[in-house]
Amino acid sequence: MNPTAPALQATFGTAIGRTAVARDGETVVYVAPDRLLDVMRWLRETPGQEYDYLVDVTAVEYRDRERPLEVVYFVRSLARRADLRVKVELDPAAELSVDSVWDLWHGADWLEREVYDMFGVAFRGHPDLRRILMWETYAEGYPLRKDFPLRGRFSRAEQVRQALNANPEAHYSLEELSIADGFAELPAEMRERLRRGERGNVPDSP
Amino acid sequence: MTKRTVELELATPGLDPGGEATRVPLTATAEEPDLAGEHLLVNLGPQHPATHGVLRLVVELDGETVVRCIPHVGYLHSGFEKLGEYRHYNQIIPLTDRTDYLSPMANNVGMALAAERLMGIEITPRCTVLRVIACEMSRIISHMVWLGTTSIDLGAFTPFLWAFQERERIYDLQEMWTGARLTTSVTRVGGLMADIPDQFVEGLRHFTRTFPKTLAEIDRVLTRNAVWAGRTQGIGVMTAAEAINYSLSGPMLRASGVPYDVRKDKPYLGYETYEFDVPVGEHGDVYDRYLVRLEECHQANRILEQALDRLPDGPINVSDPRVILPSKSRAMSDMEAMIFHFKQVMEGVKAPVGEAYVGIENPKGELGNYFVSDGSAKPVRWRIRPPSFINLSALPKMAEGHLLSDLIAINASVDIVMGEVDR
Repeated sequence: MNPTAPALQATFGTAIGRTAVARDGETVVYVAPDRLLDVMRWLRETPGQEYDYLVDVTAVEYRDRERPLEVVYFVRSLARRADLRVKVELDPAAELSVDSVWDLWHGADWLEREVYDMFGVAFRGHPDLRRILMWETYAEGYPLRKDFPLRGRFSRAEQVRQALNANPEAHYSLEELSIADGFAELPAEMRERLRRGERGNVPDSP
Repeated sequence: MTKRTVELELATPGLDPGGEATRVPLTATAEEPDLAGEHLLVNLGPQHPATHGVLRLVVELDGETVVRCIPHVGYLHSGFEKLGEYRHYNQIIPLTDRTDYLSPMANNVGMALAAERLMGIEITPRCTVLRVIACEMSRIISHMVWLGTTSIDLGAFTPFLWAFQERERIYDLQEMWTGARLTTSVTRVGGLMADIPDQFVEGLRHFTRTFPKTLAEIDRVLTRNAVWAGRTQGIGVMTAAEAINYSLSGPMLRASGVPYDVRKDKPYLGYETYEFDVPVGEHGDVYDRYLVRLEECHQANRILEQALDRLPDGPINVSDPRVILPSKSRAMSDMEAMIFHFKQVMEGVKAPVGEAYVGIENPKGELGNYFVSDGSAKPVRWRIRPPSFINLSALPKMAEGHLLSDLIAINASVDIVMGEVDR
């Protein structure tokens, strides 16, 4: 057991749930979602802990529907060569959201975007929470959730139809179009739709 | 007598404000438009040879200077992690070939190590050494592709040919071992798909003897080359603190001066018993990344030599019939072997409840494989920690304030492979 786990329990009390040792020998600490940012800041900035490196952020949903969805943070102290795994449990039936750790580690930027893209977990305070691997108009849901079928929700014909019907400007984010010089020259109707936050023309599914 | 001078004026046909034909002087005029503050949006990729795959960059330019760079990824997304949840552990191995397809063997090893850690399997000594050989061969071919493509991006064609020639020699060895050049699928949970053939050791020894000569040639052509140094030094700098903050790994992290190498600091496959050095950069720029990768090729060659020297005899697979398929002849003649064969093909190798993460030092950085199991033969979750995806996320930070042509150099120095970025 990593000595950080008892230190966390002594500092944060009930905000730290159970701790466990995984099959690879690493310590897993379960943290209450509302205290995550405090715990992470403590791990990063307390002398003697110094978990300065964020290895990975991911999420796990179990086949057992009763079990909560977990957001997993792998943190590492490069100086001490120590690893720790921090988990936050979220109720998949409720709204999935947790604080972003981007302020602490900028490496979390794309990792959190990927978790958002694949699992639908919203990270509060993330500077640019957009889909990353799927395109922005993707309307089928969150691919790595267990209720998402392997072949996707839409038929192949429907997917092709949507791809062909998408507007070219949908390939740019709103931010990019607004910094473009030609923004003022876009047709008024297109500017209006961009102002409303539309990213392209997604036809209704049959 | 008067002297007549003719004023020659450089001019081009044009229109005056009234629409009449006139000649517009080419010399600088007072009313030159003020272009400062006018930004241009350039779309680079996804089909552009200098983006090393289907990476798309939307770049905001002030003149030639990059103000902002917004990468778009996902054009090669194949959903490997989702596919993995529907497959037995051994059936996942072919998927790993296709993630970082420039070092398929190392990916195979990383995935097999994670599954074995989850199941608590100890692999045999011969298998351990062969896997080290697989990893280091992958490091060499991946760095050779990086070196060749990067030098082409910066205008040097010759090192590309030399580097790809060396890569071909490794590919021949891979083909000899696995039958495939790229989709090797060389590992199995608990061992290897096949032992090395007879001429393999001899072939690899010949390679390790002659490879440093090519490295020396590349070194002589590039390292002190004024053009190369000018295009790479001071470009895309990441300080050590920034590199850590952005979760960079592998040569990108070490070029910034952080001496972290998974092989040294969290050893796997007995790397602690090999003698090799970890090159660390000083400035964190493109040039240092080049130096680090070049030196890593030398060190990989050293490890290959040591591995060949110590390669022990013995089995390549663990002797557990629940994990390793019995041979075909035994399965057809022995009742018990046939039952195990049947159970493994139909049900797969079952993993106990729990989770395991194993990070290995891939050519691109730390490749992590994270398995969560609920006790069945298929993982609940298979997560790849993709090193080039995370390294690429620092690209906007590195490119800011550099020229557009330097953006190409910086992007090349990240060493991305889109199969892994998009998975």
